[in-house]
Amino acid sequence: MQLDAKIPSGPIAEKWDKHRFNLKLVNPANKRKYKIIVVGSGLAGGSAAATLGELGYNVDCFCFQDSPRRAHSIAAQGGINAAKNYQNDGDSVYRLFYDTVKGGDYRSREANVHRLAQVSVNIIDQCVAQGVPFAREYGGLLANRSFGGAQVSRTFYARGQTGQQLLLGAYSALSRQISVGQVNMHTRHEMLDIVVQDGRAAGIVTRNLITGEIRSHAADAVVLATGGYGNVFYLSTNAKGCNVTATYRAYKKGAGFANPCYTQIHPTCIPVKGDYQSKLTLMSESLRNDGRVWVPLNKGDKRPPDQIPEEERDYYLERKYPSFGNLVPRDVASRNAKLVCDDGRGVADSGYGVYLDFRDAINRLGEDAIRARYGNLFHMYQKITADNPYKTPMKIYPASHYTMGGLWVDYNLMSNLPGLHVIGEANFSDHGSNRLGASALMQGLADGYFVLPYTIGQYLAQHGYGNTDNTGEAFKDAENEAQARIDKLLSINGKRTPDSFHREMGKLVWDKCGMARNEAGLKEAIEKIPAIRAEFWENVAVVGGGEGINANLERAGRVADFLEFGELLCRDALERRESCGGHFREEHQTPEGEALRDDENFCHAAVWEYQGQNATPKRHQEEMTFENVKLTQRSYK
Amino acid sequence: MSGGLNLTLRVWRQNGPGDKGRIEEYQAKDINPNKSFLEMLDVVNEGLITSGQDPIEFDHDCREGICGMCSLVINGNPHGPERGTTTCQLHMRSFSDGDVITIEPFRAGAFPVLKDLMVDRSAFDRVTQAGGYVSIRTGAAPDAHATPVGKENADAAFDAATCIGCGACVAACKNASAMLFVGAKVTHLSLLPQGQPEREERARNMVKQMDEEGFGNCTNQYECEAACPKEISRNVISNMNGDFLLASLRK
Repeated sequence: MQLDAKIPSGPIAEKWDKHRFNLKLVNPANKRKYKIIVVGSGLAGGSAAATLGELGYNVDCFCFQDSPRRAHSIAAQGGINAAKNYQNDGDSVYRLFYDTVKGGDYRSREANVHRLAQVSVNIIDQCVAQGVPFAREYGGLLANRSFGGAQVSRTFYARGQTGQQLLLGAYSALSRQISVGQVNMHTRHEMLDIVVQDGRAAGIVTRNLITGEIRSHAADAVVLATGGYGNVFYLSTNAKGCNVTATYRAYKKGAGFANPCYTQIHPTCIPVKGDYQSKLTLMSESLRNDGRVWVPLNKGDKRPPDQIPEEERDYYLERKYPSFGNLVPRDVASRNAKLVCDDGRGVADSGYGVYLDFRDAINRLGEDAIRARYGNLFHMYQKITADNPYKTPMKIYPASHYTMGGLWVDYNLMSNLPGLHVIGEANFSDHGSNRLGASALMQGLADGYFVLPYTIGQYLAQHGYGNTDNTGEAFKDAENEAQARIDKLLSINGKRTPDSFHREMGKLVWDKCGMARNEAGLKEAIEKIPAIRAEFWENVAVVGGGEGINANLERAGRVADFLEFGELLCRDALERRESCGGHFREEHQTPEGEALRDDENFCHAAVWEYQGQNATPKRHQEEMTFENVKLTQRSYK
Repeated sequence: MSGGLNLTLRVWRQNGPGDKGRIEEYQAKDINPNKSFLEMLDVVNEGLITSGQDPIEFDHDCREGICGMCSLVINGNPHGPERGTTTCQLHMRSFSDGDVITIEPFRAGAFPVLKDLMVDRSAFDRVTQAGGYVSIRTGAAPDAHATPVGKENADAAFDAATCIGCGACVAACKNASAMLFVGAKVTHLSLLPQGQPEREERARNMVKQMDEEGFGNCTNQYECEAACPKEISRNVISNMNGDFLLASLRK
């Protein structure tokens, strides 16, 4: 496997400008001769499809939902970072770059992160011009809030619905391109495979979720914007439909999968209540601006929170990290919640919860001010838990939320499989082993609006246009393979539902490869997952047929891929014998219990190459070199 | 488990757009009141699948009230009995042991049933494509602070922009009018300076497409506002009518 990151030479601040100049251009008259497939319509896919359409390319965009506006980016709450320095508090492109590299625990690619910080300012301009109603101050200018891992206020927001407003902005741009015929939108279509022909990604195979039709589509380039794999744990804050199928299928066709063990467990989610739950709900990190996190000082203190006096409360984040306090990065906040709960001081019925308390903020600012900032979040919390957070502290606990790992890409956002580009959460490059809050929206839109539309030109200009014939052998083979898999699922007639298998593996992966991991546990998971998978293929119950609407069949296909991917995740976690960011190996910690990196042996991205069914995949490395940011033990004290 | 609810579900089953459809009864037993409505349906479906029967098809995705994919008319109310709540955020504690619950799809001529409780809401996408945007290319934007927007207008624009495009307004209206949906988008963009250049054209084109899709007219009973899970105000309809009138006068 060739892993050439193609990082431009020169000083970091000049790389992107220089690269843009050196990129090959596609003549405007020729752009209309090219066809590009974009899979996914979230912030990355939606913005990319719209922008590519504006440039004059013919775009075919696919999503499994009934409208591109429903991609799960819509659920992002807190905000989007940008180095505007509108608050005059010392922010800059370089500081955003620095914070992001440090926040990622020095496992991201410097050049990509710097570019991300550079284009962050353009994103805000673009979104405001589209009519995104960001929060504003009385003078009419944009408001900012703070997020974890930063000491400046650089987060732009639209109440607790920032993802919704940004996605609707991208959706409006996409709608405009659909109306003028530049983008051909295929809703309720699921990508089942990548087609590789003559060594390049030549198209995809889809299933029409209404008719059941399986067919292939050819194009000059393919862009995957299919999100992350957080649902590998079954319970996560992802939407029910989020899945790993597109990226995992690409991996099986030769694309490298980088750092699958980098998963983000978000510290502020509504705790698990029972085994009936189908998903978990996030409470935005922005709440940590005003909420104080605490648990009872004494083990087994079952008094209601308002009866626990101040001196018997442990505001453990403020105590351990006085300079960042409640705004430490997510991995640190999550791990500490787990520590106090493992210590027997957790709240909630299960003992796995901590308080997020707004009492002091309400006393200081008044209930109305808190309502204006977080109204929809408090409302959502009350809907789910039947508790009123204006009166009693929220109970929260970490949950799977985002995945930093993904398909390996070079500086042009192209995978090692020529023609296959990967953007947004689906790729691996920008967040290292821990993503900072409000940076996912930034990366999705950076990739889609401002990076890929330039860099894809390099590939297109070199490879020519007109590759739209889907009658070749590779296409027929891929179609037949997808059909055979569906026929197989329908023929098993077993006793257990796809969800029951997903729950079983999800719990195993959460226990052994969640917030804390160790060698014995990971080996156990790697041994057990194949057995679950084997039972799945003998005993799964899929009813109905392959024609027409069949959600049960769709789920079975996605679960089947998770059952393979879960093993890859654990294998990556086993081989990374260090702790970094969201990957915490219990064997590797500082005396204070913080993640202890091993820069000598693991300052690299691990990139996995598929070797065939039931064969151990091959591990490759891309060394991460840091020329600008000095590697240190991360400290938020 | 103690405290579980035993419920009778009367569910609309329809094999496809051409099928006549019928109500079928199912028992949901020992349902934890902390389950969401869709989790309750998951349990029923798990039972159907393991006994070899076709599960009830329904749309859903984020399950946190924001994607707009879930629907359902529950006991005659789009998204069920609670105000300002999507079906996925409705919890079984809103029901009592022994209840009979009738579950139907969103019904409107412009929302044909695809199967069981799933409907086709692509008409909303086409109405948006007719003008629900500001025509600006990526890269052409001035600095975000070049155009201040008063906080009051920004907040009001945001309130209109929170529409999740679920279609409850249409399902609640006896005329199957989409005016709350269209009015929300028109109002959002009309309140912002960025939306001004295309303001009249937008209202004209979106209303035209709305009519072509077969949505009905508004007769001022505001069932839409009552059903809207995001509690979007009926005022967006008068805003839209104002813009549309202006556009018509000038044409």
